[in-house]
Amino acid sequence: MNADRLARALSGWPPPVLDPAGPYSEPVTRLAWALLLGGFGVLAVVIAALAIAIWGGPALKRRLGGDRAIWIGGFAFPVIVLTALLIWGLTLTSRLSATDPIAGEMRVQVTGEMWWWRVAYLDESGRERIRDANELHIPVGRPVMIELASADVVHSFWIPRLGGKMDMIPGRTNRLRIQADAPGVYAGQCAEYCGGPHALMGFVVIAHTPADFVRWQAGRTAPARPPESAGRRLFEQRGCAACHTVGGTAANGLAGPDLSHIASRRSLGAGILPNDRPTLSRWIADSQALKPGNRMPAYRQLPADELRAITDYMGSLK
Amino acid sequence: MKSETGFDHALYDRFPTKEARPNGEVEELERIWCAPRGWQYLTVVNNNYVGVYYLGTAFLFFLLAGALALLMRVQLAAPLLEILPQGTYNQVFTMHGTVMMFLFAVPAVEAAGVLLLPQMLAARDLPFPRLSAYAFWAYAVGGLCFFASLFIGLAPDGGWFMYPPLTSKAYSPGINTDFWLLGIGFIEISAIAGAIEIIVGVLRTRAPNMSLDRMPIFAWAMLVFAGMIIIAFPSVILATLLLEIERAFNWPFFDATRGGDPVLWQHLFWFFGHPEVYIIFLPAAGMLSMIVASVSRAELVGYRLIVLAMLATGFISFGVWAHHMFAIGMPPMSNGFFSAASMAVSVPAGIQVFSWIATIAVGRRSFSTPALFVIGSLLVFVTGGLTGVMVAMVPFDWQAHDSYFIVAHLHYVLIGGMVFPLFAAFYYWIPMVSKRALSERLGRWIFALMFIGMNIAFMPMHLAGLMGMPRRVYTYLPDRGWDLPNLISTFGAFVLAAGVLLFVIDLIRNFRPAPAEGNAGNVYGGGTLEWLPSALYSTRSIPVIHSREPLWDQPGICDDVAAGRYFLPRSATGKRETIVTSPLLAEPQYLQIMPGPSVWPFAAAIFTAGFFLALTVQAYVFGVASGVFATLATLRWLWETDRPVKEKSVDIGAGIRVPTYVTGPSSHGWWAMIVLIVVMGMIFLMAIFSLLYLMGNQRDYWVEPPDVADGVAVYALHVTAIASAMLSRPVLGRSAAGAALLLGAAVVSTGWASWTDWGGWRAILAPQDSGQAATVHALLALHAALVAIGLLMAGFVGAKAAAGALARPRSNTVDLAALFISYAALQGFAGSLIARLAG
Repeated sequence: MNADRLARALSGWPPPVLDPAGPYSEPVTRLAWALLLGGFGVLAVVIAALAIAIWGGPALKRRLGGDRAIWIGGFAFPVIVLTALLIWGLTLTSRLSATDPIAGEMRVQVTGEMWWWRVAYLDESGRERIRDANELHIPVGRPVMIELASADVVHSFWIPRLGGKMDMIPGRTNRLRIQADAPGVYAGQCAEYCGGPHALMGFVVIAHTPADFVRWQAGRTAPARPPESAGRRLFEQRGCAACHTVGGTAANGLAGPDLSHIASRRSLGAGILPNDRPTLSRWIADSQALKPGNRMPAYRQLPADELRAITDYMGSLK
Repeated sequence: MKSETGFDHALYDRFPTKEARPNGEVEELERIWCAPRGWQYLTVVNNNYVGVYYLGTAFLFFLLAGALALLMRVQLAAPLLEILPQGTYNQVFTMHGTVMMFLFAVPAVEAAGVLLLPQMLAARDLPFPRLSAYAFWAYAVGGLCFFASLFIGLAPDGGWFMYPPLTSKAYSPGINTDFWLLGIGFIEISAIAGAIEIIVGVLRTRAPNMSLDRMPIFAWAMLVFAGMIIIAFPSVILATLLLEIERAFNWPFFDATRGGDPVLWQHLFWFFGHPEVYIIFLPAAGMLSMIVASVSRAELVGYRLIVLAMLATGFISFGVWAHHMFAIGMPPMSNGFFSAASMAVSVPAGIQVFSWIATIAVGRRSFSTPALFVIGSLLVFVTGGLTGVMVAMVPFDWQAHDSYFIVAHLHYVLIGGMVFPLFAAFYYWIPMVSKRALSERLGRWIFALMFIGMNIAFMPMHLAGLMGMPRRVYTYLPDRGWDLPNLISTFGAFVLAAGVLLFVIDLIRNFRPAPAEGNAGNVYGGGTLEWLPSALYSTRSIPVIHSREPLWDQPGICDDVAAGRYFLPRSATGKRETIVTSPLLAEPQYLQIMPGPSVWPFAAAIFTAGFFLALTVQAYVFGVASGVFATLATLRWLWETDRPVKEKSVDIGAGIRVPTYVTGPSSHGWWAMIVLIVVMGMIFLMAIFSLLYLMGNQRDYWVEPPDVADGVAVYALHVTAIASAMLSRPVLGRSAAGAALLLGAAVVSTGWASWTDWGGWRAILAPQDSGQAATVHALLALHAALVAIGLLMAGFVGAKAAAGALARPRSNTVDLAALFISYAALQGFAGSLIARLAG
C-alpha cells in the first residue's frame, strides 16, 4: 500500500503544478491558468492578424498596414495587459515571500547535500529536535517554514504541489513556507543542476492529520533502542557507521543520511526508489548501480549472509 | 539640409557623373583587391571571403551542437536508458548550450554583419579587415579545439552557466571546467573585436548621404548588437577571469566559507547572459525586417518605430538579468523590479512583430522560402514571447524555473527569434555570395520539416515542465508519466533534424561561392545596396543615396554604379581604400587606406588560440611561448599600419577632394580606441561591482582598508601619468623620441603607483584571505595587465620613432597609445581610491 501511494505521489499526472494542495501553491495555479489561457488568446489574435495580413481583403489590410496598428497591437495592448499582470504578480509575490513568523507554524531546516537532503526539525528557539533525511513530515493545515541551506553546491528545493521552488545556496539561509491542506504523500525534487546524479535527487513530503503527526513526533522523540543483532555488529564493523548514524547505537557518522528510522521511510536513494526489502538489499550491495555517482561506495564483495544480516537490521529500524 | 562637417550637400548633385571613365580602372581595382593564391590564401582579409568562412564555421557549430541535442533526445526517449552515461550526458548538455550560444549564435550573427554590412553600406570593406580575419581565425581554431574536448572526455560538465561552487576546484577538480573558462576566453576576444569593427563600420563607412535615418534596418540592428556586446561581454570576461583565478590560485571570489559569494557569479554571468539573448535576437530581427520588406516588395512599415524598439530592447535588456535568479531568495522589491523590466522588454518585441505584420499587409503576398521562414519565425517567436511573459511573473517562475517549461520557452524564443530568421537569411542572401540560388522547392520541404519538427519537439516540453520534470537531467524514473511527452519530443527533434539535413543537401547541390563575380543576383528583388552589381572590391563606385531603398527609388543606379559614375570609381592611391564618412549624415570626410592580406593576423590568431588551449591543458611553457608569439605577431602586423601615403589629398570623384590621412577624434582609429576603452571600463566597473557586492553581503570577512589620505602619493602618480601621456601628442611635432619617452614615463608612473598601492594592501591582506582581499588584488592585477600593454605600446612607439616611421606632426599611433595609457592611469586611480573607500 505504501509503495502504491508513493507511486501515485510521484506520478506527473495530473501535472502537479496545476494540481495544487495548499495555500502557497493554489494561487499560483490560478495565475498559471490565467496566463496559459491568456497566452493562447493572444497567440490566436496574432495568428488572426497574420492571416488577415496575408489573405485579408484590401480594407482590412489597409487598417493593419500602418503605424496605428503597430501602436495598438504592439504597444497599447501589451502595456495594458502587462500592467494588470504585473500588479497581480507583485501582490502575489510579496504575499508568498513574506517571512515574518506565523503563530503556531513549524520550523524545519533542510540542507541540500550532493545528492540527498539532511532534515532537522527545530523547536521554537531553533534547536534541533528530530534529525532525519530525504523525507519531510508535516501536519496538515499548519504552515511550515523551511530554512534552506546547502552543504556543498547550489541545490533547489521544489515540491510542485505545495509551492514554488527556492534555491539552497552555500553561505545563505533561504526561507520557504509551505502548507498541505490534505493528508498524503507529495513528491519533491532538486531543481538546480548540482552535478553527477542531479537527476536522481528527489524527496517526499508526508502530510499527516494533526493526530497522526503528534503520534509520529512522539515516536521520533522517544529514545531509540535497537536490539543487539548480527546486522547491527556488521553495520558497525563493515564501515557503514563511519558515514551513517543509527540512534541509540555506536553508529554516529554524519557524512550520509541518518538511518535511525530507515525502515519507516517511503523511499530509498533520496526519493527515487520504493523502500522494500529487495531494493534495500540491492542498495546496500551496490548503490552505484541504482544511483550512479552517489557518494556511497558499492559493497559488492559483501558476503551474502552479511548482506542479509545488515538488510534485516535496516529493516528493523522502524 | 544643414551640414554636419561643412561638406556642401549640393556637391551630391554632381552624381551620377556624365563623362566616360578612362580604361583600366576596373582592372586596377581587380588587381588591388584580388585574393592571394596557394597557401597564402589563408591570409585573405577581404570581408567577402572572411564573412563566408565565418558564417560557414558558425553553421558547422550549429550542426555539431544539433547533433549533441539529438544524442540527448535519444537518451531521454524513454526512462532509465543507458545510451549516454551520466557523466557523458552532463558534458553533452553543457556543450550543447555553450556551443549553441558562444560558438554558433553570436559568431553567426557577427559573421552575417561582417559579410553583409560592407555591401549594404557600399563600403569596400569593414574598416579593420585584418581585425576581422584575426577574430575569425581565433574563433575557428579555438572553437574546434574546444569542441574536440568532448572526444577525449574532458569537456566541461557544469552547465553552460557554470555556477560555482559546483565549478570550483573543490567540486570540479578536473580540467574540464578550465576548458570552458579559457575556451570561452578567445570567443570573448573575437566577439569584442567584431563589435569594434561593426560599430566603427556602421558609423563611419556608410555610402555618402546615407544618414542614420536612411540606414538599412539591419545596420541599425548590428549597431545596437555591437553596442550591447561591448557592455555585456565585459561582465562574462571578468567572471570567467575571476573563476579561473579562483581555481588556479585559490583566490576566494565565490567561496562563501571565505568571504566570497557564489551569487556574485550569478549576477556577473546573467548581466551578460540575458542581454546575450537579445544580442542574438536583434540582428536576426534586423534580417527579418529586411527580408519581410523585400519579399513583400513594400517599404518596411514603422521603420522609425522599429529603430526605437531595438534601442529600447538594448536598454531594457540590461535590467532583466536577475529574472534568472528569482529563486535565490531576493527580497520581493528586487524580484518586482526585474519582473517589471522583463515584462517591459516584451513591448518592443511586440512593436517589431506588428511592424512585420503591417508590412506583410501592405505588401504583395509571397510564399517564397524566405517568406515562409519569416512567417514561421513570427509564430514561433510570439509563442516563446508569451511563455516569456509567463515566466516573468515571479510566482509562476517559482514553479517553472529550472523545469522543462523553461527548456521549451527558450527554444521557442531562440529558434523563432534567431534560427528561423537565419534560415530565411540563408535563402535570401545566398544569391549574393553564390553562383546559384538555393532551391525553392527543397526550401519549402525544409521549412515544413523544421517548423513541424520544432513544434513536435518543444511543445510537449511545456507539459513535461508542468508535470514536474526538472532540467538538466540525464534520465528520469518510469513512474512519473514523463515517458510520453519525452518520446514525442525525441520524435520531433528528428523531424527538425531531417529538415536541417535536407538544407545541408540543398547547400551541397546549389551553394557555389562566388566572391569575385557572377553571383546569382537579386532573386527576391531587394532594394538595398548589397544588391548592386559587385565584385571583390565591392561596387565599382560608391553611390550617393537618397532613400532607404535606393534600388527601388533611384532608377539606373545599378548601371551608374557599375559604370563608375559615383564616388571612388578607381583606386585613387593604388592601394585598397574606402571612404570614411561622418557618423550622422554620412558626409565624405577622408579616404581610408586599408590594409591588404597579411600572414600576421593569422599567426596572431593561431597563437592566441594556442595560448588559451595550452593554459587549459597546463602546458605552461608552450602557453607562455604562444602568448609571446601572439604578441610579437600582433606588433609585427601593426608595424605596417598607420603609414600615410604620399598623396596628401585625392579626388574621390567629380572633383571632390578629401585628405588621405586624418588624426584625432575624427579618425576611425580613435573611434575604435574609444570603443575599446568602453570595454575596459566595463570590465573595471564589473570588478568594482564585485567588490561592493561582497562588501554588502560578506561584512564578517571585511577588514578596514588602508586610509584614503595615505593614498595621496598613489593618486598623484596616476594623475602625473595621465598628464605625461597626453603631453606626448603635442610634443610629437618637435621630437618623436620625446613623445615616446613621455609615454614611457607615463606607464612607469602609473605602474609605480600601483606597485606602491599594492605595498599598502600586502601589509594587511594576502589574496587568498577573503573575498575582499581577492577582489582588491584582482583590481590591482587588472591594472597591472593594462600597464604591461601600455609598456608594449610605449616601446612600440619608441621603435617606430627610432625607425623614423611615425607620421608627424600628428600620428594615430601616438594618439592611440596616449589614449590607452591615460585610460589605464585613470582606471588605476579610480581603483585605488574606491578600494580604500570600500570599508
